[in-house]
Amino acid sequence: MKQVFPKADAERAIGNVFAAARGRLPGAGPVAKIRARAFEVYERTGLPHRRMEDWKYTDLRALIGEVLPLAPRPDAEALVRAKVSAEQVSGDQAVKLVLVDGIFAPELSDLGRLENEVVVRSLREVLENSATGAMAGLVLSTTSDPAISLNAAMATDGLVITVADGNAVKCPIQIVHVATGLSVSTFTRSYLQLGKGAHAAIVETFVPAGGASGYQANDAIIVLVGDEASLSHIRVAADASDAVNISSAIIAVGARAKLDLFSMTCSGSISRYQGFITLAGEGTKLSANGVNLIRDKLHADTTIVVDHAVPHCTSREKFRAVVDDCGRSVFQGRIVVRPAARKTDATLTTRALLLSDQAEADNKPELEILADDVTCGHGATSGALDDTLVFYLRARGLSETDAQSLLIKAFLGELIEEITSENLRDFVTAQAEHWLQAGR
Amino acid sequence: MALLEIRHLHVGVEDREVLRGLDLNVNAGEVHAIMGPNGSGKSTLSHVIAGKPGYEITRGQILFRGENLLRMEPNERAAKGVFLAFQYPVEIPGVTTMNFLRAALNAQRKARGQQEFSTPEFLKRVRQVAGSLNIPQDMLKRGVNVGFSGGEKKRNEILQMALVEPSLCILDEIDSGLDIDALRIVASGINALRAPERAMIIITHYRRLLDHIVPDVVHVMSKGRIMKSGGKELALELEASGYAQFEHAA
Ligand SMILES: Nc1ncnc2c1ncn2[C@@H]1O[C@H](COP(=O)(O)OP(=O)(O)OP(=O)(O)O)[C@@H](O)[C@H]1O
Ligand SMILES: [Mg+2]
Repeated sequence: MKQVFPKADAERAIGNVFAAARGRLPGAGPVAKIRARAFEVYERTGLPHRRMEDWKYTDLRALIGEVLPLAPRPDAEALVRAKVSAEQVSGDQAVKLVLVDGIFAPELSDLGRLENEVVVRSLREVLENSATGAMAGLVLSTTSDPAISLNAAMATDGLVITVADGNAVKCPIQIVHVATGLSVSTFTRSYLQLGKGAHAAIVETFVPAGGASGYQANDAIIVLVGDEASLSHIRVAADASDAVNISSAIIAVGARAKLDLFSMTCSGSISRYQGFITLAGEGTKLSANGVNLIRDKLHADTTIVVDHAVPHCTSREKFRAVVDDCGRSVFQGRIVVRPAARKTDATLTTRALLLSDQAEADNKPELEILADDVTCGHGATSGALDDTLVFYLRARGLSETDAQSLLIKAFLGELIEEITSENLRDFVTAQAEHWLQAGR
Repeated sequence: MALLEIRHLHVGVEDREVLRGLDLNVNAGEVHAIMGPNGSGKSTLSHVIAGKPGYEITRGQILFRGENLLRMEPNERAAKGVFLAFQYPVEIPGVTTMNFLRAALNAQRKARGQQEFSTPEFLKRVRQVAGSLNIPQDMLKRGVNVGFSGGEKKRNEILQMALVEPSLCILDEIDSGLDIDALRIVASGINALRAPERAMIIITHYRRLLDHIVPDVVHVMSKGRIMKSGGKELALELEASGYAQFEHAA
């Protein structure tokens, strides 16, 4: 059983973690000030809990209780283990950038294969050289969300990636997070800026190395998509089954741009993926898709907030959950249409497939429409696999598990099919397949 | 030994006895027709042979080549050569017909210890059979039966049957929803599969189908039992006088 700390104790514990980590966190002067301020903001609420509306289904105070001590720098042995895992999840053709226990590992990365148009620096390097704190302020930006504030305070490393205006990056850039430790926490922060008219694909994956267990990963990424740019952003979290993963994405998209977001959580004891997407330029098209694949007693929360700040944008949000055993999937989807955002076209659909009687799927769709002349809608369904379909397939020779797998893949298929790059589609399909196989 | 031997079969659904002591023997090479009023248990019989869950078999047995069929999983029955063309084929969104056919065919071949078809081999066979059934290629790229007309769904059942080459084909109202031309195409597809080692059970309400596929034996089913069996002329007799005379017979 996990211990539930009353607020005062939990706060004291995290205060100690921050104090202990301080000396190791990159960036002095203005950067240290930004961190201290972020920590103060975090301390006002502490770990998110169920009385906070956005976190009501994922009460971290009850579920994890405390923030574990910061992971030590990976040693040579840890890097060897990390290398194996990083290679297993590498997408075909992708240029890997590997973070091990929250520290960038250039020796495991494909820096040599980076295309000329892409500039990659480590967060550490950026923070250590941010004399004025201007760049640090951007990269470490926060919202009112405590998990994001804590991340800004504690981030040890990450990747700062920029793609210059008008460039089309051919190979996907894959950030691989590998955890090697036992009962430690990692804080990573990345930043991606896609210039005007640029095209790119970014993949984020989370995996444990052999032997890693009970760790807590807290990641945040800030993404700026320029006018007329197009970004495909894929994320697959496949952490250790006793690990915690809290990931946040803060994304702002310019005008006439295209953003395709796909996030899939397939493992981790407690996972939360929260994406905050602001459509800040007119004529932009967003597709934000999420999948939770959950079994055992795992808990996965996908929360997506789409903020239509300007007119004439389209957003399509689709979510699918497959839940087995005593798993619990949470999906919260909020669409905000600001008063100025006339002619917004936004839809949100969520479907959950429950494979056992104890499986649970919570859906919270919310439309906050403050403008006139908009088209908005949402729909939600939840249910078991259709027995008549399973029987039809069995009568044609498929075993019960093969029939179920085929139907589950079909259930996810619509979302996976939307991934335009064949390589990335295959990558995601393989990850989903892996999840299905693991349940047999 | 009969290919299929059903002995005194009693089956209940939701606390109701639907099959009430049914006996049926089908030999390899034979085509049997089963006719009977709505609700007499024809589809129930076909489902029980195929292994659909939800039926309570209270008495009797079904032997297939002497083996106890009731103890096998539906997919084992399929691999042994039992095929049911459903009265109401289901739609499976998200699974293309082509992928479905490949999965089904290869699963059966694997279960029988045969090699899986290579992709070109498989495509060639599908194209050939689909062509003979007037099934356009683009239908094969769509989800299984999704948006198919009633007749297209039935043709898709025959396509599956022709591909897996079963030993026992059970066709449950394959003629319902077919126009005259489609009926002819489907019937010739079925006739092409008639073979000395293969048997068929054709469930239908209409003699018209039996003009195309001439049965060796016609059974009249009523209230969960075979009430009368005879030659193909029994179908004509039924058409003339209806089922009433058989309700209390046997
Ligand atoms: N799942 C079920 N639940 C309850 N009753 C059922 C179920 N399945 C079949 N029955 C009943 O069993 C009886 C036989 O049904 P069945 O579908 O086998 O008839 P049929 O001979 O195929 O009829 P039709 O000619 O209309 O297709 C009917 O009275 C039907 O209502
Ligand atoms: Mg019927």
